[in-house]
Order: sequence, then structure tokens, then C-alpha cells
Amino acid sequence: MSIVTVQLGQCGNQIGHEVFNAICGDVRGTHGLCSKKENESYRNACIERFFSEEESEVPVARAVLVDMEPKVISQTLSIAARSGYWKYGDRSHFCQKQGSGNNWANGYSVHGPRHKEVIMDLIQKEAEKCDRLGGFFTLMSMAGGTGSGLGAFVTQCLRDAFPTSFVLNHVIWPYGTGEVIVQNYNSVLTLSHLYQSSDALLVHENDAIHKICAQLMNIKQISFRDVNQVIAHQLGSVFQPAYTAESGSCYSRNPLGDLMETLVPHPEFKMLGVRNIPQMPENSLAYSTFSWPGLIKHLRQMLIANAKMEEGIDWQVRPPRLGSSIPSSHSTNKPPRFNTSIANLVILRGKDTHNVDLGSFRDPSLYTSWLNPGDAFNAWKTPRAFKKYEKSASLVSNSQFLLKPLDSVVGKAWNMFASKAYIHQYTKFGIEEEDFLDSFTALEQVISSYTIL
Amino acid sequence: RSGGDGPDVYKGKICSLKARALLIDMEEGVVNEILQGPLRDVFDSKQLITDVSGSGNNWAVGHKLYGYQYREDIVEKLRKIAEHCDCLQCFFIIHSMGGGTGSGLGTFVLNLLEEEFPEVYRFVTSVYPSGEDDVITSPYNSVLAMKELNEHADCVLPIENESLFDIVNKIHQMINSGKLGSTVKQNSLITSSAGSAKTGQEKPFDAMNNIVANLLLNLTSSARFEGSLNMDLNEISMNLVPFPRLHYLVSSLTPLYTLADVNVPSRRMDQMFSDAFSRDHQLIQADPKHSLYLACALLVRGNVQVSDLRRNIERLKPSLHFVSWNQEGWKTGLCSVPPVGHSHSLLALANNTCVKPTFIELKDKFMKLYRKKAHLHHYLHIDGMEQNCFSEAVLSLSDLIEEYNELDATEGGPRTDPPRLKIAV
Repeated sequence: MSIVTVQLGQCGNQIGHEVFNAICGDVRGTHGLCSKKENESYRNACIERFFSEEESEVPVARAVLVDMEPKVISQTLSIAARSGYWKYGDRSHFCQKQGSGNNWANGYSVHGPRHKEVIMDLIQKEAEKCDRLGGFFTLMSMAGGTGSGLGAFVTQCLRDAFPTSFVLNHVIWPYGTGEVIVQNYNSVLTLSHLYQSSDALLVHENDAIHKICAQLMNIKQISFRDVNQVIAHQLGSVFQPAYTAESGSCYSRNPLGDLMETLVPHPEFKMLGVRNIPQMPENSLAYSTFSWPGLIKHLRQMLIANAKMEEGIDWQVRPPRLGSSIPSSHSTNKPPRFNTSIANLVILRGKDTHNVDLGSFRDPSLYTSWLNPGDAFNAWKTPRAFKKYEKSASLVSNSQFLLKPLDSVVGKAWNMFASKAYIHQYTKFGIEEEDFLDSFTALEQVISSYTIL
Repeated sequence: RSGGDGPDVYKGKICSLKARALLIDMEEGVVNEILQGPLRDVFDSKQLITDVSGSGNNWAVGHKLYGYQYREDIVEKLRKIAEHCDCLQCFFIIHSMGGGTGSGLGTFVLNLLEEEFPEVYRFVTSVYPSGEDDVITSPYNSVLAMKELNEHADCVLPIENESLFDIVNKIHQMINSGKLGSTVKQNSLITSSAGSAKTGQEKPFDAMNNIVANLLLNLTSSARFEGSLNMDLNEISMNLVPFPRLHYLVSSLTPLYTLADVNVPSRRMDQMFSDAFSRDHQLIQADPKHSLYLACALLVRGNVQVSDLRRNIERLKPSLHFVSWNQEGWKTGLCSVPPVGHSHSLLALANNTCVKPTFIELKDKFMKLYRKKAHLHHYLHIDGMEQNCFSEAVLSLSDLIEEYNELDATEGGPRTDPPRLKIAV
């Protein structure tokens, strides 16, 4: 099954390019430490998923690029083509000249309706090229105007036009200390709207990735390109082909569906976080060895202590003792810094994945009480290594990972809203105070739901 | 681009590009000089509106008399220029406040732009009269113009000659100081037109005007060149104007020059950020560090990455006072291409209550004249000009000052965040 990627705004397009690069690089670069047959299988599954092989020599990414100003798309297209290994379709992009001015209302209420037909037409064409459509993967940031506002509008259109397809939104959480002054408004509006039409939101936080670049990757002068490459690496490690329990001897053909099924049992809970281990500069890999027990132990602690990376994990955090559960709305018996999960997915890639002990992830005390632990945890595996990592593990988690960031963004936005600052910029394009209030209400509901897990 | 298939740039000289500009003056001297100078091919006669006698430093003559007279001509020429644009995003209005034409006719054009092109942003670069201004009526002209700026501009960048003059002097001292002076790269001077097309003798205001030219270059750099975090002009207005009338931005530019042989990259870069918050680099006389920031934008050019930005914001934040509802009110842009002669540069734009004293002083000077009705008759005998134009203008200015006062007042007391919405569980 194939996934159609929709890249929205500067951030979405810059990241999208790195994602396709990472995926292509992984497939091309190594034999993946497995048999030739396995490697062939992997490559074919990956290509079917993300690329179409047309008469042109190089694979063409199944992607639609959208931006309201031309510079980023034009750069993205040319850099991709120059690589010689893959490219974007010649007519798979749409851009304007005006930009959205960091204004969600402009993106959503003006650009959206104005360009709906053209954009949906491009997406439709891309969808028709797939033998079997596995769903849509959108890339956007919450902070700006196009990715956020137009992105929310396009997601709605996707849901309307493809009611039975999966829609996964990848959302970039901006740095806490401003990239954009009105980023909290834009974020609140984006999240509340996406929650209505999207199946799940997969989130990467700029602050967290920045730390990974600084401390794990040892990069001195960190650029957005560095940040985007780490994000692309993490996404690649999630979306490259893997075997699920049900897929038997073939690579899973429905990655988005599988993801939704395992991780989103209830529509109130759609916020997914990603963790990846090990994460290090590639040229250090040769000097490091890893054991699966070590990797799994660290990954599990990253989950329950809500650590963003494998350094600086708080090992003091422990799951609560079961049996003393009090059915109250406030989980007073749960340790305060403990991260409760609804569902988790671990993906193992590389050597000896078949007999890795994942029992620690099945521990019922990690989860809320409403799913069977058997259902709450799933594992995907493949003997084919990802890039140069002999062993690597990823975690996609529907848990309280994003509760604090969400609460923080809503708090700051509310604070600003109380003073009515910048509101005139939004009402100018048709988003009224009432719309803001609706969004705040929706998100307070989500916060509340995640808090009482 | 004017017609013809020839190259746009030949041997380093622009041959077939025309400025998207309209030059308006009610005297001919300045415009004629431009048309005879090295930029003559960049402008053509269809882009000019001139007259002979000038406006006599009288806002009413500029706004009411010439405005009425030239209205149709201006509209027609604007439409022609706009037709050449695939996508018209914004107008830059460049004028002074203290005289008659720039101030009066300039604000008339501002009004016109809002009427004819309501969706296009209006950025105004205004030169405010300095302390020892020798135009007696400049307070009248400035306050009358301020009302127009309050109501019809999206963003105003006030400039004061005193600041420009100080920057020029600082550079002269740098160059002539002997030891370090010889290592200054000539073409990196913010006052130098060495990188531009001009040749020949420099006039007294040229150095000062070059600074303003650099301001506009930096402002538009992200729209003209690529970068990892683009900042368009409409984003500036969106992020820096929290309330419609509070749209006056303090600008500061760094570096003023580049030393040729100093090669300590990261220290030099951090110094650049510090300088942007030093009064020596501002284009108006004001004290943002001791007033309240409503918002701040940093437009960076050159080999600067997001980690450099974040490091410096963290470093400088503690010494700046931001309003309670915008504690992290930073807007940032990264453009890959530095200005000529530099490896990187920074333009800081601040929406800060420190502009209040400037406006209060303006109002005081106005009242000094107005109370005695000095020179009023020069204005009132112009058709369309009445006493209440004056009273409305000073009221508009007073209201603006009051808005800044209210913001300053709120920041003294204890801070409590507004209670969040409660959800039924």
C-alpha cells in the first residue's frame, strides 16, 4: 500500500525533503546486515510505499508540495533532483507568491478556500497513481501561517474527500522561546481543528530535537537542517517497512492503518510522540556496540520518565504499584512524574530482533486500566537494519508525553488572549473571538482527558 | 523589467531593470539630480510627479492643495506600476515628517493607497524632526502627519537624524583612530555607498541616508533571498503589531562596519546581537532597555544558525522587560545571504513603549506653537483646512500616548495569570 505525503509550508517542505532523503538513503546505502532476499523485500516494500517508479530512471516521491510562497518549494525540488537518486514529480507542487504572513486565519480562511480545487486535484492525481492507497501523511508546523492554517484546512478536505482513508498529521511543535510571536495562537487553532479531522497527530518538538543535536549528535552550530535530519531519521525508523504480528511473512502493507489500530483506540486521545534509540553521529557508530537488553531498558525508562532522549534519563521514576488502585478521577496513587500510557508501539530493526524480550513493555502498570495490556502494547520487527545502525529501536507512544507541552502552549495562548493582543489580525480574515474560545475549550478537554489517565 | 531581450545586468551595471517606484516632489531639484545621476536608467519619467514651487514647509499645502491637484495623476501612475506586479504585497512610503511635501502630500498618498489598494500592506519610513530642527512649523507638520500614520499605516519605522548623525560620527572616529582604523573594510561601512552604483562626490546627507537604505535592504532580504527560516514583510506586521495603533517600531542595525583582520567568529557574532540592543545602533533616540517590550523581531543574514539565535536570545532576555502576555515575544528570521562586505548582519525591530517620550516631546512642541496660534493662518487659509484638523490631530496623538501609558502602568503591579477555562469532567 502506498502513502501520499502532503508537504505544507516552509517547515513541511524542508522536513519532507529530508524524510525522502533518509528513506532513500537507507534503502540504497547498505545491505542492512540481512540476506539479499530480505533486503530485496524491504526495498520493494519501501519503494511501493513512498515512491512511484516511472519511466524516468529515478524513483519519484509520492508527494504533493504546497506553499504560499515560491522560494522553499523551488529550492526543495532542485536539491532533490540534484541528488540523482530520487526526485519529486514535475507537476506535483503548488505555490503562490504572497505567503500567509504567519497568520492562521489567512491560511485557513483565505488561502484554503481559494486554492482548494487546485490542491485537492494534485492530491487526487497522486492518490490515483497508487495501486492501493494506504492513507495520507501530512507534514506541517503549528507556528506559522501556511503549514498551520492551510494545513488544517487541507486536512479537513482530505477527510471529506477520502472518508475511509487514514490521515496522519506530523506536526512540529515550535521552540518554546519564539520563532513566531503568535505561535501559541496558531498552535491552538491548528491542534483543535486537526483533532476533528485527523486520525492521529505525530508530534516532534523542536526543543527536544535541538537537545539531541547538541548533546547526542555533538553538533556545534545547529542549523534547521540538522534538526530536520534528526526528525527525518526518527520518522524513517518508524515508517520503513517492518513485520507486524499479523503480517506474517510479508512486510506490513498497511502501515498507517496498523499504526492507528494499535495506538488510537479512542478518538479523544490522538497525540503521539516518538522516541528513537540509539541516536548518535554516524561516524561514531563503528566504535559502539549495543545490546538489546540495554536498548530496551533505556527505551522503557524514557517512556515512563518522559525523557526526550537517552541521556539525562531520570531513573528514579518507577511505575505505580498495581493493586492499590483507587478508582478516583485523580490518580493520586500514581507517582507525579510517571508517564501513563494508553498504548505503545515498539519497532525493532537489525540483528537478533526475533528473540528480544519486551516483557517490560507489557507490564500493566505502565498503562491505563481500560485496555488489556495485551492490546495496549504491540511490537513490529525486521531483521533488516536501519541505515548504519546494527540495532535500533523506536517507540511510538500514545501517552502523557505531550501533556506538559500542550498545557504550556494553551496557557500562554490564553494569557495572550486575555489581553486581546493580536486578535485584530485574525478577525481581519474571519476568525472571531468565538472561534478562539471554541478552540480553547476543545483543547482544555484534551488536556483534562490526558491528565486523568 | 523594461522591454527588450537584452541581459538585465551587463558588466556589473543594471541595464534594463526599472525600479518599482514613484518619485514625488513639489520641487524639481532633487528629482532632477537623480535623473542625471548614475541611477537615471533605473527610473523613467513615467514614474515622476513634480512641481516647481514646493510646499513651503506647510503640511496643508502638501496634503490639501497638492493632494487635491495631483490626486488623479497619482492614482493613475500607481495603477500602472501595480499592473506590472505579479503579486503586489506591500508599499514602502519614504518621507519626512517635518516639512510640507513629504509630510503633507506623503500622508495624502498614504490615504490614497489605503483607498485604492486596501489589501496591500503600507510600511512607512518616516524621518522625524530632530531637536535642533530649523523648520519652525515642523511640530505642526509632524503632528498633522502623525494622525495619518496612526490611522492609515500598517507599520511605521521612525528615524531621527540625530541617531543617523551619531552613527556616522562613530564610524568616522573608528576610521580615523589610527590603529584599528586601517583594518576596517571600506565596503562594509553601513554609511558607504561603495557597494552601490554611485560615484563621485558624496553629499552631507548621503552617509546618513545610506544607513536607512541598509535598513530597507535588511528588511526585505528574506523576501529576496532564500534562508532556513523565511520572514516575509507581512509577517513583520503580523507579529509586531499587537494592537492596530501601536505600530511604531524602533530599528537598530548591526554591524556598522567589519574589521578586516579580526577573526573570532562566534564572539563576533554574539557581539553583533549585543550591539543590536545598544543605543549606539538605533535609528531613533530612545531607551528600549528601560521601557516595556511588546514584541521584538530579529532578522539575521549570513552564516547564522538557529542555535546562535537561541543562545543569544537566552543571553539577552533577562535584561529586557517584556509585557506579561508576551514574555517570549520574539520573532526570528534567518536569511542565508549576508549584505555586501559582511559575513553576517542583524536588524532588530522592537515594538517598545520607549517611543512614548518622542511622541510626548512632539506634542509639547506642537502645543507651544498652537497655544499662541503661531503661524496658524498659513495653514487655515488653505482650502479644506480648518481649526479642528489641528485639534483632531493632537487628540489622536494624545490617545496614542495614553495607550502606551496604560501598557506601562500595568507592568508595575503583581502579575496574576488569568484563570483557565474549566471543563466539566
